[in-house]
Amino acid sequence: MSQKATVLFDAPGPRARRRNAIIGVLGIALLAGGLAWVVYRFDQTGQFDSQKWDPFQYTAIQQMILDGLKATLKAFALAVVFSLVLGALLAAARLSDHRPVRWAATAFVTFFRAMPLLILIFFLYLAPAKLSYWPGFLDFINDDPMWPLVIGLSLYNGTVQAENMRAGILALPKGQSEAAYALGLRKYQVMTFILVPQGIRSMLPTIISQMVVTLKDTSLGFLITYEELLFIAKRLGSYQDYGLPLIPAAIVVGTIYIISCMILSGVAVWLERFLSRGRKGRVQKIDVVSGETLGAGAGISV
Amino acid sequence: MKVLTDNWDLISEGFVTTLKLTLWCGLVALVLGTLLAACRVSPVAPLRWFGAAYVNLVRNTPLTLIMFFVALGFPKLNWNMDYFTFAVIAVGGYTAAFICEAVRSGINTVPIGQAEAARSIGMSFNQTLTLIVLPQALRAVIPPIGSLLIAMVRNSAIASAFNVHDLFGTNAQMVENGNDVVLVFLWIAVGYLIITLSMSALFALLEKKLAVAR
Repeated sequence: MSQKATVLFDAPGPRARRRNAIIGVLGIALLAGGLAWVVYRFDQTGQFDSQKWDPFQYTAIQQMILDGLKATLKAFALAVVFSLVLGALLAAARLSDHRPVRWAATAFVTFFRAMPLLILIFFLYLAPAKLSYWPGFLDFINDDPMWPLVIGLSLYNGTVQAENMRAGILALPKGQSEAAYALGLRKYQVMTFILVPQGIRSMLPTIISQMVVTLKDTSLGFLITYEELLFIAKRLGSYQDYGLPLIPAAIVVGTIYIISCMILSGVAVWLERFLSRGRKGRVQKIDVVSGETLGAGAGISV
Repeated sequence: MKVLTDNWDLISEGFVTTLKLTLWCGLVALVLGTLLAACRVSPVAPLRWFGAAYVNLVRNTPLTLIMFFVALGFPKLNWNMDYFTFAVIAVGGYTAAFICEAVRSGINTVPIGQAEAARSIGMSFNQTLTLIVLPQALRAVIPPIGSLLIAMVRNSAIASAFNVHDLFGTNAQMVENGNDVVLVFLWIAVGYLIITLSMSALFALLEKKLAVAR
C-alpha cells in the first residue's frame, strides 16, 4: 500500500510522520503486550506442556486428524456439487416465463434463505427417528449424520448460489439476449449458449466465495456428531492421558481450517483479477484507500 | 398451536435470550467492526496490518470453531465467564470482521472528490473521516449491514450448542417432552422469522429515512 494512492489524508509532513510513528509504536506495543499476556496465560495454565503437544507427533493421532479432514472435505465436495446443481435449477426456475414455476422457486428460495441453517440440519437429524410418517426411502438420512449436514448445506447454499447466478444473468447487457432472439434462437438456446456462459463467468468469484462459506459451515456437523475436523478436536481435547489438550487441538485444527479457507478465498480473488483483465474497457473499481482494485475478498457473505 | 401454548414459558424465555444475544452481539460487532475499518484505512501502517490480519483470520475461520475455542478453551486459560458472555464475544467478534469489510467498501462508495475537497480545506484525517466520509458511507452501508446482522441472528443459534439457553436451545427439551418435531421446529423458525423480518423492515425504514439524492 503506497501512501500516494490514498485520498483520505495528505502525504504526511515531518510532524505528521512523527505522530504516525508514535501511534504506530504505541499500537505495536499494545498488540505485543496483549500477545505477551495471552502467551503468559497459556504458559501459566500449562498449555505449552510437552505432554499436551506430544500426541500430535503420533501417527495414530495424525491419522485421526487426517480422517477428520477427509470427512470435512467429503461433506464439502458433496454439498458444493448439490448446491450448484440446485442453484442452477432454481435460477432457471426463477427466470422462467411460466408464472407458477417462478412463484414456486421464489417461495422456495425465500424460505430456505430465512431459515437458520442449524435448524435445518438439526431437523433433518432428528426428524427421521421421531416422525412416524417419515417416508421410508429417505431412511438413509438416518444412517449417517453426514446426510443431514450435506442436505442442509445444499438446500441453504443452493438458494444463495441460485441468487448469485440469477444476479449474474440479469446483470448482462440487454443487447445480448435481444441479439440472440433476433437471430431466431429459442429461449433455451438463448439461455444455454448466450446468457449462462457469460453470467457464470462474471459471477464465478462470488460463487467461489460462497463455497468458502459452505466449507466453513461443514463444521456445523460437529453439533450432530458427524466425525469431521472439529469433532476430532473435541475428542482429542478429552484425552485424559495427554492432559486434556483441548487448546492445542483447537489450534491445530483451526490452522487447517484457516489454510483451506484461505486457499479457496485466494482462488476467488485470483479469478476476479484474471477475469477482469481479459475484458478491455471495463471500468475497474479502484479502492480509494489502498489504490488496489477491489477483489472478491471484499465480498460480504457470512 | 397447542405446542406453543403448552411450552409458552420455555419458548418465550428462549426468545428473550435470543433477543438479548442479538442486541449485545450486534453492539459488539458494530463498534468493533467500525473501529477495525478505521484501523484498515488509517495512515498508521501497524494499525492497517492489525486490521487486515484480524479480518483475514476471522473471516476464514468457521464460527463454530471460534465458539468452540471461546466457550471451551477460555475456561482452560482460567478466563471464567458465563456462557452468554462467551457467546457475545464469539458471535460479536466474528460478525465484526464482516461489518469492517462492509464499512470499508462503504467508504469506497463515497466519491473521491468528497475526501479531496475536505483535505483541500485543511481537514485532518480524523476530521475527514468523521465529518465527511463516514456519515456518507453510513448511508451506502445500511443495506449490507442489515443483511449481515440478520445473518448474525441466524448464526447466533450456534450458541445453543454451547450452553446458552436461547430460542433454538429450547428444541431439545421440547422434543424430549414428546412434542411433535415438525411443530417444535416450526415454532422456533417462526420465532427467528419474527426477529429477522422486523429487522429487515427496520433497516428498510432506515434506508428510506437516510436516503439522499446524489
